[in-house]
Amino acid sequence: MKKKLSTGEMVSRLLAGDRRAAARLITLVENEMDDHHEVMSLVYPYTGKAMILGITGAGGAGKSTLTDHLIGKFREQGKKVGVVVVDPSSPFSGGAFLGDRIRLQSHSQDDGVYIRSMASRGYLGGLSRATYDVIRIMEAMGNEVVIVETLGAGQDEVDVIHIAHTCLVVVTPGMGDDIQAMKAGIMEIADIIVLNKADLDGTDRSLRHLQGALTAGSFEEGAWMPRVVPTVSTANKPEDLQGIDELAATIAEHQTYLRKTRAIDRVRYDRVEQELGLIFKDELQKIIFKGLKGTGKKREYINSIIEQKNDPYSVVEEVLNTYLLPWE
Amino acid sequence: MNNQKGTETIENREKGSTNDDSFKNLSGFKIKALYGPEDISQPGREADLGLPGEYPFTRGIHKTMYRQRPWTIRQLGSLDSPSKANERIRQLLQMGANGISLCLDMPTIMGRDSDDPLAEGEVGSCGGVAIDSIEDMRNLLEGIPIDEISINFVSNSQSSVILSMFVAVAEERGVPLEKLTGTMQNDILKEYQAQKSYYFPPRPSMRLTIDTLSFCNKHLPRFNPISISGYHLASAGATPVQELAFTLANGFTYVEEGIKAGLSVDSFAPRLSFFFKVHNDFFENIAKYRAARRIWAKTIRERFEAKDRRSCLFRVHTQTSGSSLTAHQAENNIIRVTIQALSAVLGGTQSLHTNAFDEALSIPTPRSEKLALRTQQIIARESGVINTIDPLAGSYYVEALTNQMEAECYKYFKEIEDLGGVISAIEKGYYAKIIADSAFSYQREIEKGERIVVGLNEFFEEEETDIELREADPEFEREKVSDLVALKENRDQALVKACLNEIGEVCQGSDNIIPYLIKAVKSYVTLGEIIGVMKEIFGEYREDSIY
Amino acid sequence: MNKGRKRRILIAKPGLDGHDRGAKVVARALRNAGMEVIYAGLHQTPLQIVNAAIDEDVDAIGLSILSGAHKTIFPKIMTLLKEKGASDILVFGGGTIPKKDRVELTSLGVGEIFTTGTDTHVIIDYLNRTLET
Ligand SMILES: Nc1nc2c(ncn2[C@@H]2O[C@H](COP(=O)(O)OP(=O)(O)OP(=O)(O)O)[C@@H](O)[C@H]2O)c(=O)[nH]1
Ligand SMILES: [Mg+2]
Repeated sequence: MKKKLSTGEMVSRLLAGDRRAAARLITLVENEMDDHHEVMSLVYPYTGKAMILGITGAGGAGKSTLTDHLIGKFREQGKKVGVVVVDPSSPFSGGAFLGDRIRLQSHSQDDGVYIRSMASRGYLGGLSRATYDVIRIMEAMGNEVVIVETLGAGQDEVDVIHIAHTCLVVVTPGMGDDIQAMKAGIMEIADIIVLNKADLDGTDRSLRHLQGALTAGSFEEGAWMPRVVPTVSTANKPEDLQGIDELAATIAEHQTYLRKTRAIDRVRYDRVEQELGLIFKDELQKIIFKGLKGTGKKREYINSIIEQKNDPYSVVEEVLNTYLLPWE
Repeated sequence: MNNQKGTETIENREKGSTNDDSFKNLSGFKIKALYGPEDISQPGREADLGLPGEYPFTRGIHKTMYRQRPWTIRQLGSLDSPSKANERIRQLLQMGANGISLCLDMPTIMGRDSDDPLAEGEVGSCGGVAIDSIEDMRNLLEGIPIDEISINFVSNSQSSVILSMFVAVAEERGVPLEKLTGTMQNDILKEYQAQKSYYFPPRPSMRLTIDTLSFCNKHLPRFNPISISGYHLASAGATPVQELAFTLANGFTYVEEGIKAGLSVDSFAPRLSFFFKVHNDFFENIAKYRAARRIWAKTIRERFEAKDRRSCLFRVHTQTSGSSLTAHQAENNIIRVTIQALSAVLGGTQSLHTNAFDEALSIPTPRSEKLALRTQQIIARESGVINTIDPLAGSYYVEALTNQMEAECYKYFKEIEDLGGVISAIEKGYYAKIIADSAFSYQREIEKGERIVVGLNEFFEEEETDIELREADPEFEREKVSDLVALKENRDQALVKACLNEIGEVCQGSDNIIPYLIKAVKSYVTLGEIIGVMKEIFGEYREDSIY
Repeated sequence: MNKGRKRRILIAKPGLDGHDRGAKVVARALRNAGMEVIYAGLHQTPLQIVNAAIDEDVDAIGLSILSGAHKTIFPKIMTLLKEKGASDILVFGGGTIPKKDRVELTSLGVGEIFTTGTDTHVIIDYLNRTLET
């Protein structure tokens, strides 16, 4: 029953904004299926213009709820929006429970919004190389804004800064001392700190903490100084929401800053560098394992390490010399 | 206590019994091979038992219990159309039922009129009756002696409107309001926790519940304005002890809210009633009722300082477990229902609804319904279990379980309190998580064969039961919609508009809303229209817990 | 190099009814069986469900219906899938659905319909078998 379209056909449908084609291509790159590289090469010329917005923060901080509102803001400006929500895969079964759509429902009937849930599939820090590809496909589909929501609780889960132009970190009042602990990490990655659930107790205290930390930090002359925006993103009635307009305005301000100061060039450079690194890592590994395949060598190496006849670094060096650098 | 010898024997026997851990009840308590005096002889607990009809009512809320009057046999009288339901109610009364429960169809439950686009395909669903306007309430109750028969409206988020229609019809018929008996389920908390039929956020919903309570308090003194329901928590997956703890905690929350609304505890607590589910574990269920009576009585007297003994009475309606019924070998359900019903009776229920055995397949037939009713009559008339009061009192096992249930309950109360109370625990996803976890482990136990369901994971037969089923009436929806459209065309539109505006204003203020709703329903304003206006003011609730 | 495609399943609870115990139990069981479950939650309209299924490129849609609304909801979903050229997505279900209606739904192209209480392994096996190709 499944109609098999050629890769080229699928890509041209994607470029025409076809959702089903986009969805299929995303599956294809997510699973690293055979024509993955070809797809990305075909898509590449149509990418690079979208604004990429990262939203990270602890579980339940309100990332999806805020995303839902931000989608609305971008839609008001007539922009098409793509959203990628990355959730962790279960380390035991490899399965995942992806429930964020429940909180992203306001736009479920809007053709200008495309939402895709992704499981992290074992990548620590949440963002795999496939995430870059998925964003590109969303760009090629015609989305002018792509929002990437990822779970990020600690300091080391900062992948999202490499992927996004503007990075939001969502924190909540109750976090109190955690904020102290996370401060360093947050300040490094956040362009905008969203203090969500500002309707809860402890908001003033947290706001003071965050602002104090920002003034204490040292920022270069003319560099972007992270902003704190308090928000209330759930309310029974729309008029009780708070800070959403300010948040949208602050995002716009950061975008203007990036363009005006040409800081965007730096962001773009870093982003590609990061991506290349990831691709090299993956592809090299593939080449090496491919080279070892059928030779029985892989098992031999692993056993020699287990038996302490060899150490991992020596093995890697030996393998690299054998399979990668023979032409040198 | 000084029964040294007894202890030894028991310990020895326990050692001898194999596989101790595999004997667990549904709450997960490990059950010992043998119980003895040392299991119930903690000092200071004698007062916890007392006598039937005496504080703390562990042994029952009445001195005479079933010897004077057996429980109320309360069966489901609803059917898609109000006039068909009316017919069914008459039949049930004629067969010997003395109470009626009425379920609503899905659109009414969700506050939508039959002509709402989202109601399509669900009008008259789930064996519930479609109530759009006062006209439906009139047809439903026509010729039924509403001052004698207690009707239990299984109505929650829409209770303020349903009560208003009920009152309006009583007034038309000249029935004095003080004579109305019956119950409005009106338990909004468990909607957020389990059943998920909510429209507004918890706070405004609570206001409507309390408006209903206050109105009944003033005008319908014999009517139960809230039936605090564990049934739905259990159906969603809560274990018996969780059902017990969550239901009681909800009950206490209504008491707090009533007091906040300016009522004295003794003026309304006697009219709060409860609704439990019978789980499969026979003795565990009995212990649940006994613990419930005791905790309720103690808390109402000690924490809320009630003076009236009636405030301390845990009065409970029971239904056998719909979710324990299997689609395979459906006749087996007859036996399940019988055992469960017996357990509820030995637990001391005030009223009982026995499920029809074919419910897992479709809406019950008249035949299966009659069988369910006869089950209760056989227990009451033939089994002899009603001859003496609380016959299981003093059983080492039952008393030990009762005590254990009580102790576990306080652990849950503490957790809820630490989260800032029931509403706050709802908002934090506490119930959603616990209930989903319990449902999942129950399923896993069945799949691993640790729990047996006869005909499902043991004694399975490939053949599906071939029994006669009641067909839903395919014409009903179309007829109901066209009647409603006609009704909406032929009413005083200006009056309708004025009523709806008024309701909107009252929602924003703090007046009791019921009198305004009565006026509106008399003017043929429909349920869906009223709820629509309320949604504009109160906002809509969306569940977002994902477990 | 193909890593083997992960199965993606959308679980939804259409219609007005809110009894989501079954939907949640099945969602967890599928997750534990290594599938990626997109949980769409309560009160979804057929159009919302089909849109989500297409965007998420799922292999199957699982619908839990206890309210008797299956006779309207399943056909609507099948029609929408067809209109949108997505008839290859498997639709299966569970709930209180009489045998006679199950037969009717099968003739519309709906896959297996499981009665309440079905062992989740039966559902997992069914999906693994049916989605094999
Ligand atoms: N009180 C309050 N609650 C909020 C606010 N924003 C979101 N919430 C609630 O917080 C909970 C989590 O919201 P989500 O938007 O799902 O949070 P998230 O960060 O996307 O969560 P994950 O994706 O699970 O990590 C939900 O119950 C929201 O209703 C707010 O401003 N105030
Ligand atoms: Mg989220």
